[in-house]
Amino acid sequence: MNWGDFFSMGDRAFYVWGSFGALAIAIAVELVLLRLRARRINAEIKQELMAYKLKGGTR
Amino acid sequence: MSLYKYASPATFYPLAGKMVPWFAVPAVILGLLGLYLGLVVAPTDFQQGEVYRIIFIHVPAAWMAMFIYLVMAMYGVLALSFNTRLSAMMMEALAPTGAMFTVIALWTGALWGKPTWGTYWAWDARMTSTLILLFLYVGYLALINAIEDKKRSDKAGALLVIVGSVNVPIIYFSVKWWNTLHQGSSVSVAASPKMAAIMLWAMLVVAIACWMYTIAVSLVRVRAIILEREHGRGQGGHASAWVADEFSAEKGVAGS
Repeated sequence: MNWGDFFSMGDRAFYVWGSFGALAIAIAVELVLLRLRARRINAEIKQELMAYKLKGGTR
Repeated sequence: MSLYKYASPATFYPLAGKMVPWFAVPAVILGLLGLYLGLVVAPTDFQQGEVYRIIFIHVPAAWMAMFIYLVMAMYGVLALSFNTRLSAMMMEALAPTGAMFTVIALWTGALWGKPTWGTYWAWDARMTSTLILLFLYVGYLALINAIEDKKRSDKAGALLVIVGSVNVPIIYFSVKWWNTLHQGSSVSVAASPKMAAIMLWAMLVVAIACWMYTIAVSLVRVRAIILEREHGRGQGGHASAWVADEFSAEKGVAGS
């Protein structure tokens, strides 16, 4: 098997790579959105704790 | 009891963080192995040619779409009967990944249907019930986001998911109950599989990789959800004491 055959998938490249590619894109999108969500709440909590300390809180 | 201890967000947050790599690393390794087995090792199908390789994504994605929903329904029962906040948070953490796999199952099904059945879509029993599953995931997420009060949104969401779970057996048995377009199962618990061993193995490896991925992603997401809910809950409007401790332990950002 050579690379040309591999990528052409017996002339069904659109269907096969369209499926594998969709999963890759879906996972990438999910991971990016999750990272943004985690970062946002982490930053908010840090800010909150910082502000509390500036006001003279002990924690 | 010790089980109750882990049902508390304060105990589960650090534990979940420690568990993530134990699922993320196998997810990557098994995912790559599954791709190799499915795209390189598995032979060309004598009837369908190369296009059958979509099965290595389509079937695991469809399994995940159904399994994740059932796991959510189980958490829903726990949330309603024991009033555990963490169960509702786990439902919220699992839903986006379940929806993602449902979209992939429908998408890959369409791309497989066109060259083999001649159509991207038909109102076939299995396809239609899978589309309903997607609407259930999306509806659940819309519902819990529409209700401000978390106690109420947790209950409403759990109820919706539990009632909607009747759809899962309908999807599973649809190919037996109605003789429409979608073919019967290639793999069943009762009979020996109607496919070559290497094809079955490739599919199982991808399915396990999907499970590991789902667990890793949900653990990261549930940590974010826990923090989102703890946000501003402590005295003086700052996060609860345990969150402050957790953050001062991490890189000293909050403690410095």
